[in-house]
Amino acid sequence: MQIIYSDLLCIGAGLAGERVAVEAAKAGFNVTCLSIVPPRRSHSSAAQGGMQAALGNAIMGDGDTPDVHFADTVKGSDWGCDQEVARIFADTAPIVMREVAHWGVPWNRVEAGVHTYYKGGKPFEAEEKLEKHGLIHARAFGGTAKWRTCYTADGTGRSVLNTLDSMCLRYEVGIHDRTQAETLIHDGENCLGAIVRCLKTGELKAYLATATLIATGGYGRIYKATTNAVICDGGGQIAALDTGLVPMGNMEAIQFHPTGTVPTDILVTEGCRGDGGTLLDVNEYRFMPDYEPEKAELASRDVVSRRMQEHIRKGLGVKSPYGDHLWLDIRHLGEKHITTKLREVYDICTNFLGVNPIHDLIPVRPTQHYSMGGIRTNRDGAAYGLKGLFSAGESACWDMHGFNRLGGNSLAETVVAGRYVGKKIVEFLKGHTVDFKQSAINDAHAKVAARIMEMTKSSSKQESAIQLRDEMHSTMMDNVGIFRNGKDLQKAVDTLDELIDRSKNIKLQGTAIGFNPEISLALRIPGMLKLAQCTAYGALMRTESRGAHTREDFPERNDKDWLNRTLAYWKEGSTRPELKYEDASPYFEIPPGERGYGGGKIIAADIPEEKLRLPKNSAEKKKAKQTKKAS
Amino acid sequence: MSRRLHIEVFRYNPLDPNSEPHMQSFYVNEYDSMTLFIALNIIRDEQDPTLQFDFCCRAGICGSCGMVINGRPGLACHTQTRDLPDHIVLHPLPVFKLIGDLSVDTGTWFRDAGARIEAWVHNDHEQFDPKAEEVRMENDLANEIFELDRCIECGCCVSACGTARMREDFLGATSIARVARFYLDPRDERNEENYYQVIGNDQGVFGCMGLLGCEDVCPKHIPLQDQLGIMRRMLAIHSVKGILPKRVLEKLQHKGCCHESH
Ligand SMILES: Cc1cc2nc3c(=O)[nH]c(=O)nc-3n(C[C@H](O)[C@H](O)[C@H](O)COP(=O)(O)OP(=O)(O)OC[C@H]3O[C@@H](n4cnc5c(N)ncnc54)[C@H](O)[C@@H]3O)c2cc1C
Ligand code: SF4
Ligand code: SF4
Ligand code: FES
Repeated sequence: MQIIYSDLLCIGAGLAGERVAVEAAKAGFNVTCLSIVPPRRSHSSAAQGGMQAALGNAIMGDGDTPDVHFADTVKGSDWGCDQEVARIFADTAPIVMREVAHWGVPWNRVEAGVHTYYKGGKPFEAEEKLEKHGLIHARAFGGTAKWRTCYTADGTGRSVLNTLDSMCLRYEVGIHDRTQAETLIHDGENCLGAIVRCLKTGELKAYLATATLIATGGYGRIYKATTNAVICDGGGQIAALDTGLVPMGNMEAIQFHPTGTVPTDILVTEGCRGDGGTLLDVNEYRFMPDYEPEKAELASRDVVSRRMQEHIRKGLGVKSPYGDHLWLDIRHLGEKHITTKLREVYDICTNFLGVNPIHDLIPVRPTQHYSMGGIRTNRDGAAYGLKGLFSAGESACWDMHGFNRLGGNSLAETVVAGRYVGKKIVEFLKGHTVDFKQSAINDAHAKVAARIMEMTKSSSKQESAIQLRDEMHSTMMDNVGIFRNGKDLQKAVDTLDELIDRSKNIKLQGTAIGFNPEISLALRIPGMLKLAQCTAYGALMRTESRGAHTREDFPERNDKDWLNRTLAYWKEGSTRPELKYEDASPYFEIPPGERGYGGGKIIAADIPEEKLRLPKNSAEKKKAKQTKKAS
Repeated sequence: MSRRLHIEVFRYNPLDPNSEPHMQSFYVNEYDSMTLFIALNIIRDEQDPTLQFDFCCRAGICGSCGMVINGRPGLACHTQTRDLPDHIVLHPLPVFKLIGDLSVDTGTWFRDAGARIEAWVHNDHEQFDPKAEEVRMENDLANEIFELDRCIECGCCVSACGTARMREDFLGATSIARVARFYLDPRDERNEENYYQVIGNDQGVFGCMGLLGCEDVCPKHIPLQDQLGIMRRMLAIHSVKGILPKRVLEKLQHKGCCHESH
């Protein structure tokens, strides 16, 4: 078996993985990045919207500060986030946007003068200031008090990823693409690297490293309908969970977007509804005003998604070979508006759906979009349970998003956490050596090799990975969607119990020498079922509604009992995770309160006085900073 | 209404000594809004789990799924079956190393090209001051740079290029456009001589025959023709510096972009 040594192994080369890699490589460490696809194809490239940072250059962001950004983030999270982390994030984001500008990101810039912008579908005029001319501009995103989303036209993820990848080239980060980490190598205390499958040859290799980072993005593919790329299958989370030592945080916190298109679930922007688009059912009847008389289609993401699902459940969806859906109607906006202001939507509809939105209805349904949960880390990005293991980006539960993340905050998280965690990893590498125990390497390798051997050779096995995947998809869509209740969640948990059992008997349908794509799926399915079970079981046990987690049978946000984070551990051989809970936040700079949207009753908590203020040392630091600024 | 599609796919597994390159036929029923992404996945799920192809974003933005579709390089996820006849023939992209069936190694090719043209902003990266305001830039310039950053490295242009098929070391229109991106960027401190070193040769702009197969097939409509013209002109002028009098050079420089052969 080939063995490759590095100081830092980054599993994942999206924005988070590459940002961490650059930090360590700049400090002189030897870094290797793994990725299923060439790094620039990572799903970060698909994010078109932008990144939030309180630069306050745009006139509509005038007076913005990290404090306002912090408050928006905490409210957005429905007080589920770790406020210490959200604070680090909001304070660092502006620096990181400037840093990537220095490295080459062509951010859109402020142009002094009067401009026409849109809000709630209506045009208005605003004058950008002369003294801000040429600084980084910002656009609007949902749930924010100010316009603070930095962007590069309709390709923010693409341009920032290009820039970071170019820095990886500059600092000679080793990029090993078409590789897939299968399992972590560890000795029960230290993480030592990973066993990795080469997706060109099928060969298994050992990558050993003093520090290992998991930055593998989301796990949306446990659902059938997801805006995530086909490679977002949770490989990194699975590897961590399988150690039995590292917990997943808040796996029940899943965000759905109202307008994924059918059949391929590509996202169309919220702007359609913002500009006056409506939602219709099978009878081409506009149903949203019946549910939400005031806001109709313009209620928040989670609310609209919930209502759509409710309507489909009543049998009023449109049947199609790809499942039931509803219609999005933008025809009345007219050709000019659609081909200029909503050009991207026009392109998606004509290129991928064969639908011309000027004359036709667009098939849409609520679609899985983002995983707030993931590998639980402390504020330094260090995973619970294993020394030398870190995580950042969507794969991590660093936990600035709690139970709902704001648009523009996740892309920003990848680079902000990437920089912050990167620096912590550099500190770790400077003070740490590790003993690469041969037995740990052999055990990890043997485990993966045996799994492949069994599914190839064994004659007693007969389950098809594709069949198991399809059954997981339907139970997650039907029972662990937007609206949740005890009965359906129990059904999902029971079904997943059974699927997990069956997944021990996967048998390949075909054979191929070298790389076999079927093995990729077959290796992944048992782990994906576990992630699905963490999600379903966590949701079943959380008897309250918070952010994106909506229980019909427990509609209140219950701060008294549930102002906490779920930690899911997996013991080998089990069909369910073991759940533990920890406080949502070490302290509450902003005490739990009303979000100001979404409504809903709150059962108040008794929070001890000392937890309602900044801890002494950080309060002092903050004060010192402010006096320094003032002087 | 629904057609039965005959999809003929190139099959070859270079790692299997018994495998011979050949074409294999599959048949699938066409649905509304079907793309080649859906059709190929149906084939793999229901007919042959060993079929190799690459998809990632399935939304035309990551560049994974370049292949030759009825003779023309394009993105498979971006192609609707209803725009094709009921007989569809699929080949892997030429020029790139074949991994198996429809899957080729564009990653290695692009990383190698990136290293050769040193595809990063050359400035003093250590000099970043976290407290300082960002250096200002005109929005129009930012947009121009972004236009060239839109390349998704799908490799379609390289596959369609006669020069690239003939000489392995040709950098292709995509890399030349990438250099143009840095040339445009005031944050990159390289001068003309530096650029001349990387693409002022037959592997770069002077290897291009100007037939523009590249621009025709680019799914992102990157203005490759203009960029090739701009770079060729800039470097040609640079190469005669010291031979032509300064006055003539200045005149040439201000003539803007050249489209000499088209
Ligand atoms: C359509 C869409 C639009 C979005 N738009 C926005 C937006 O406008 N603003 C915003 O803030 N957020 C947006 N998001 C969310 C945001 O894009 C993601 O959360 C973010 O890009 C994730 O980045 P990442 O670096 O964590 O992971 P990714 O970019 O997903 O990268 C994951 C990396 O891990 C690798 N990998 C995965 N598994 C393995 C394995 N087992 N072994 C080795 N490598 C592996 C992959 O190859 C890849 O390199 C959007 C998301 C979607 C789906
Ligand atoms: S114009 Fe040049 S780069 Fe483009 S296809 Fe022709 S030879 Fe290749
Ligand atoms: S220039 Fe166009 S065709 Fe060539 S790699 Fe880039 S996106 Fe693909
Ligand atoms: S799969 Fe991303 S471009 Fe086709």
